[in-house]
Amino acid sequence: MSTGEEMPTTATYPEPVLRRVEVTTSSVAEETAVRSDEVKIAAEHVSISYGEKVAVRDVSLTVQDRSIMALIGPSGSGKSTLLRCFNRMNDLIPGASVQGKVRLDGENVTDPDVSVVELRRRVGMVFQRPNPFPMSIYENVAYGPRRRGMNEKRKLEELVETSLKRAALWDEVKDDLRRKSGLALSGGQQQRLCIARVLATDPEVILMDEPASALDPVSTLRIEELMRELREAYTIVIVTHNMQQAARVSDVTAFFTMAEDRAGYLVEVGPTGRIFTRPNERLTEDYISGRFG
Amino acid sequence: MTAANQAIGRPGGPKPSLKGHGSRGSILADRAATTVLWGTGALVLLILGSIILHFALAAWGVVSPSFLLSDPSGEALGGVLPILWNSIYMLALTMLIAVPIGILGGIYMAEYAGENVVTSAIRFAEESISSVPSIVVGLFGLILFVDDFHMGFTALGGALALTFFNLPLMTRLSEQALRAVPQDERSASLALGATKWQTIQHVVVPLAIPGLITGVILTAGRVFGEAAVLLFTAGVGTPPHYNFLNFDLTSPASPWSPFRSATTLSVYIWKLNSEGLGAFKNQIVDGSAAILISMVLIFNLGARLIGRVLTRRLTAA
Repeated sequence: MSTGEEMPTTATYPEPVLRRVEVTTSSVAEETAVRSDEVKIAAEHVSISYGEKVAVRDVSLTVQDRSIMALIGPSGSGKSTLLRCFNRMNDLIPGASVQGKVRLDGENVTDPDVSVVELRRRVGMVFQRPNPFPMSIYENVAYGPRRRGMNEKRKLEELVETSLKRAALWDEVKDDLRRKSGLALSGGQQQRLCIARVLATDPEVILMDEPASALDPVSTLRIEELMRELREAYTIVIVTHNMQQAARVSDVTAFFTMAEDRAGYLVEVGPTGRIFTRPNERLTEDYISGRFG
Repeated sequence: MTAANQAIGRPGGPKPSLKGHGSRGSILADRAATTVLWGTGALVLLILGSIILHFALAAWGVVSPSFLLSDPSGEALGGVLPILWNSIYMLALTMLIAVPIGILGGIYMAEYAGENVVTSAIRFAEESISSVPSIVVGLFGLILFVDDFHMGFTALGGALALTFFNLPLMTRLSEQALRAVPQDERSASLALGATKWQTIQHVVVPLAIPGLITGVILTAGRVFGEAAVLLFTAGVGTPPHYNFLNFDLTSPASPWSPFRSATTLSVYIWKLNSEGLGAFKNQIVDGSAAILISMVLIFNLGARLIGRVLTRRLTAA
């Protein structure tokens, strides 16, 4: 995919920090590091609690269209909880409640009238542990479209192929699409299959919850490469504990931590280059330099 | 070795051999546990094996195509065709009623019901009914179907009473099978924009099939084997000659009708053994028992096979 900027190959990834954004004194230049001015997701004063326990407190941030935002921070800082609120997966947890608004193209997704089925079609999700269905590779990818009533064999086959190609898995699996179970693939392939499965539902946003934490370094880099490619067409929000990963793949980084009462909150958000070199907050600096967390 | 060892303060001298390491007590306990556990497993196989062997030997020379395919006879050995038919018929009829309700109940309990007073009451009822002696369930069936509903002794009444008896177990086993499906699979499906029902239909139930089949097999076993429930509901008499071409479901003479009495093999064995007369009584009992065992084995293997095919179908298309 030609993006006009260098797509580093697996072998020649430069040192993580400072990969994209030149450090300049002009903060204006930094704030426009993302390429689109269109806001895809806007969280407005979002607080999320599980029963009595507040997991996320008063988070406001915006994700630009076709950019990658990384949510980083120590365990328990509420990054995954916030992520799961973008496609309302928190609905599945008994006792979870969300205050504030999460807008997708301006529309509040926390509104009770919103169809979660439609929302999740537009906002796909890749989980921490690769979780293909114990079905054939083909059926894994066709699962989403089928549930929306697409049954035409030709169309499905085409969609499965393009999705697998976009997820950079096609060449490895094209010969036994129907014979091989999704579970028979390696961990890295399984995760790319899960990404293909999401792509087949034609989403606008892809949420990734530590998508590479269960993978080996080579598979991890492949997933990261893939994310950079997907960024051309999709908005991606990724939760990661791996700071090099955040530095390598994301355009914008949001740093979360826990307050004394253990509620997660947003410390600061900014272009990844700046966050990793000149964070505004002492807490961020301590975290990324390994002094804390 | 000594110099290096002494340098870090380790006593010199010969190292203990790797062979026979560990205390004597723990080795003995380990061996004892292995033996006991192995023995328990062997015992289970031995019991099944000896039951099969006993009846295979006892029924040798009794079970033949003609024994399977002819009517009982007062004087000669005769056969068990109508009784065998009734066993299969009762199984099918009961399963037709109990399996769908049991699985739907299991889906409700596993996927929809919250933890509240109603579900604890349902669970309590499940456990209680499962441990009520079957003779009491039979008595209840007698009062309800035979007396109150004036149905007389019918296959339908028997199947319904067996459903009372089996539904709690079927529901509980279905619930457990469905709950055993990893939450990850549900999340994956829901995150792809599938509805809850689609998720249940296309992911949860297909993945739970092996467990659901176990429920079906255990339920079926209780249908094959149950005599007490059926004594009071489906009747005990020696069945008449069946005309299998009579498909009139309302006619009490049709073997296809649920509105006729239906003595099954288990009931027949009980009846012959306790009050039967005639020179061939023992042979008939042994033969019937052998057939019953074979049916159970065939059904269990068949159900596993069907389960495997079903899983492949449901997860592939």
